[in-house]
Amino acid sequence: MPMKSTLSRRRFLTSTTAAFGATALMPFGANMARAADGLTVGFIYVGPKDDYGYNQAHAEGAAAIKAMAGVTVIEEENVPESTDVANTMESMINFDGASLLFPTSFGYYDPFIKELAPKNPEVRFEHCGGLWGEGDPANAGSYFGYIGKGQYLNGIVAGHMTKTKKIGFVAAKPIPQVLNNINSFLLGARAVDPTITCQVIFTGEWSLAVKEAEATNALADQGADVITCHVDGPKVVVETAAARGCYVCGYHANQSALAPDLYLTGAEWNWAQVYTDMVTKYMAGETIPNFVRGGLADGFIKMSPLGPAVTEAAAAQFEAVKAEILKGGFAVIKGPLKDNKGNVIAAEGEAFAEDDIKLESMDYLVEGVIGSTS
Amino acid sequence: MGKGSRLLPALETALWPLMALIAGGLVFSLFLLVQGKSPVEFFALIWRAGFSTAFSWQNTLSRVSPLLFAGLCVAIPARLGLMVIGGEGAIVLGGLAAAVTGAQVALWPTAAGFAAMALSAVCIGAIWIGLVGLLRVRRGVNETIASLLMAYIASALFNHLVESVFRDPASLNKPSTLPLVDTLRVGMMPGLQAHWGVLAGIVACIAAWALIDRTRLGFAARITGDNMRAAQVQGFNVAGLIVGFTALAGGLAGLAGFYEVAAVHGSANASLISGVGYTGILVAFLARHNPLAIVPVAILLAGFEASSGLIQRRMDLPDATILVFEGCVFLIVLLSETVQGRMPALWLALKGPSR
Amino acid sequence: MTTDPGLWAVPIAVLGGAIRVSTPFLFVSLGECLTERSGRINLGLEGTLILGAMSGYGLSYLTGSATVGVLGAALVGLVYGLLHGWLCRFKGVNDIAVGISMMLLGMGIAFYFGKPFIQPTAPRLPSIPFGWWSDSPQLQAALQVNVLFLIGIALAVFLAWMLRSTRIGLTIRVVGDSTQSARALAIRPDRVRLWATAAGGALAGIGGAYLSLYYPGSWNEGISSGQGLMAVALVIFARWNPINCLWAALLFGGAGALGPALQSVGISEGYYLFYAAPYVLTLGILIATSSTERAVIGAPGELNITK
Repeated sequence: MPMKSTLSRRRFLTSTTAAFGATALMPFGANMARAADGLTVGFIYVGPKDDYGYNQAHAEGAAAIKAMAGVTVIEEENVPESTDVANTMESMINFDGASLLFPTSFGYYDPFIKELAPKNPEVRFEHCGGLWGEGDPANAGSYFGYIGKGQYLNGIVAGHMTKTKKIGFVAAKPIPQVLNNINSFLLGARAVDPTITCQVIFTGEWSLAVKEAEATNALADQGADVITCHVDGPKVVVETAAARGCYVCGYHANQSALAPDLYLTGAEWNWAQVYTDMVTKYMAGETIPNFVRGGLADGFIKMSPLGPAVTEAAAAQFEAVKAEILKGGFAVIKGPLKDNKGNVIAAEGEAFAEDDIKLESMDYLVEGVIGSTS
Repeated sequence: MGKGSRLLPALETALWPLMALIAGGLVFSLFLLVQGKSPVEFFALIWRAGFSTAFSWQNTLSRVSPLLFAGLCVAIPARLGLMVIGGEGAIVLGGLAAAVTGAQVALWPTAAGFAAMALSAVCIGAIWIGLVGLLRVRRGVNETIASLLMAYIASALFNHLVESVFRDPASLNKPSTLPLVDTLRVGMMPGLQAHWGVLAGIVACIAAWALIDRTRLGFAARITGDNMRAAQVQGFNVAGLIVGFTALAGGLAGLAGFYEVAAVHGSANASLISGVGYTGILVAFLARHNPLAIVPVAILLAGFEASSGLIQRRMDLPDATILVFEGCVFLIVLLSETVQGRMPALWLALKGPSR
Repeated sequence: MTTDPGLWAVPIAVLGGAIRVSTPFLFVSLGECLTERSGRINLGLEGTLILGAMSGYGLSYLTGSATVGVLGAALVGLVYGLLHGWLCRFKGVNDIAVGISMMLLGMGIAFYFGKPFIQPTAPRLPSIPFGWWSDSPQLQAALQVNVLFLIGIALAVFLAWMLRSTRIGLTIRVVGDSTQSARALAIRPDRVRLWATAAGGALAGIGGAYLSLYYPGSWNEGISSGQGLMAVALVIFARWNPINCLWAALLFGGAGALGPALQSVGISEGYYLFYAAPYVLTLGILIATSSTERAVIGAPGELNITK
């Protein structure tokens, strides 16, 4: 049934174009003109673009694009993962003449980008976090960063700074990307002291202020004294943890301003560089690969500057491990390693490098993490 | 009564809200002007993004379907004097039922597959909201709070089930049920880029109107809504009416979930919990619980929503602008109800001096 | 590890949660209780709550005083309540519908003007450490009490007394029970309802300020996850009795802490279901305590919702 619509879509497209001609005489004339002489890039965010987190990281990337010559950036925030995003993308294409789109939320990909891309072959869809696979539209692509390494480095500092030997993680949902961060955080800490445990609490939602605060308090009550998170906007977690006197490791963006004394470091996205590269390539007429991944060494992620509380020993190991990672080939998940139910994850000598596709379907919490995946 | 006195009220019901719309727009224009923004550009953008071209109509209509069903889920019990505000619960559980059933009947003939999915969605929705009616009848539990509590419980249940027993192991970072096969996806109506759920919603509105305004059952329901005691004295089966109408409302909300899954998402996942059930309260009240009026109200609301993006991008206004606008307009529309029904007097007053 | 509370963590967390989370529910439901006792429903208090959260945070940031923030939020809530009360004076205007529209408008205004306040850090409300006597850091943390919580408790008692034993309370009740008898007593029902709605709005505004200035103590667009709407519904659960509003709010806050607390002691399977605890418990109590014979006991006779 969905295929039948192609014909009518063509017809309506022509009628839309005709309407454009008519309305160009209206107050929009000026706006329409700018689309003609340059590239219009559309950014779509699932939340507010100043959330100190996921969306802000992308908006900072978009801001870098705005500075490029010949590029117009259009943005829309708080767009739900529903018909809304399909409409927003089409609206950006039809009304603003956008030819490169960055719909940045994970849930935008399937089915919305997958359905829209074949209907708009002249538009490039670049999706964050997604899983472009063989058979997916050629004008769609997905990119993501190996931010687990950042959480590993967070863990190294946390391992030095914890006095209770218990660290905490406020997580949204037990999905592979989140589990990888939790595991990396603990394994980083265990690289410092193998007796450390990590308590995880799932809030079940990507953005839910009160529950995030309650989860942070519950972690502090259990004696966790270094806390990090993986939710869309870490603001509440960072501030609540700091109010409880816990150290904080950031995520998504730099939250040091929220807890200047207790902020240790943070795993941040570096979308400014990634987007600048992609747009430069696109404007030069080169093809952007459909599946793009990168880590610390590739400039996809970066670490917040170390906070004032970080001890010398912690800083030294942090820098050493970071240098090691930058050399490439560093594996966080390596044997001997068991999950927290006792199953073997990696045998002695076995290692999963960051680009190992198996890590993208992670469904376990490693030994030492207190919590379960369902 | 002459012809004029029958025509006039009909004219009035259409005219006043229209004038109120304009008045609301004027109030909002002030809000924009104070900030140095152009109201002309604002309304031109709403017209353009929501209603002017084929694409605008697609943009608008694609949002209408769940609003129609969600509005009905509030309006139908309201005619019985019940305020059910938890339609969201029936929508998400209906969607889940449709998705889970769809995975089971993937190999069935298309028509049978659709029927099974829709039926399961309707049943779950009907049970969920029907239960609210039953609690009211049997235990005297207030339906407003019960339905709201049950909506939250439904969301929790939905999330739990989607991320545990019904989870498609291949849905890694967006936990979802098994995707529907292509044959079980509801497509677009010919010539329109809006799915069949829109038509189904409109049909449901007409049917609900016919049921309430044109049948004995509906008559009994309206009597009950006006005065429950009187209805009981009249010998109407009030308990049956309450359970039946709440179940019907829930079934329709479940159907909204079915269309969201089968036409939009292709599986059940957390994106289904969108809050549209709560928007339905607004739709129903603006339509004064008249199922026929739900259609234009829903289309208007959807058109406003459809223009939100363009307003953000072109006028550099926050995404909340459209909320402020809707709030302004709807308040004035509601206020206009105070002059409703007073037009004949006004008419006479105007006519008087000319003689 | 200094002190491991073990399973004790759960009741302590529930206690702490009840104290931390209940306050917005308490203020909104007390406000709505007052409004509904006068025979009118303001379903839009969710909007007032969010408006209060934004204006409280914004004012605190701009003036450097959280107290000014709270007072400002109360004032904004009052004005917004007056608007509702004024609109509903007109014949044929439905109070529930106006409330829903005002919910939309309130959220809109709050998000519209709240953008510049998402990033900055405003001064927050302080807390009083009531746990000084205990060695347990968990208990100490749980007993960090904000003065608004105490005011809320006092207010619940005061309102109960006022409604029962004062002239104002009697006036409100008479208006709520029958517009006609109120008129017969030379009371102007619209004026009473206007001020009852305004007072309710002011309380909801304070509830919002608590959200943004104390707990979770942050202003963003997701600050309220429907607490206002839920609190309005809780008034029915509390059968229009201010003291019951207090219990309902405590129940809601405490049960809400159950989910994270259980996870923190290692019970984490099915966490979504634990998170539904407040709703399940409330529904359970509601079903157990309702009966067809006394379905609307305590309900004001003029209320749209119970007719």
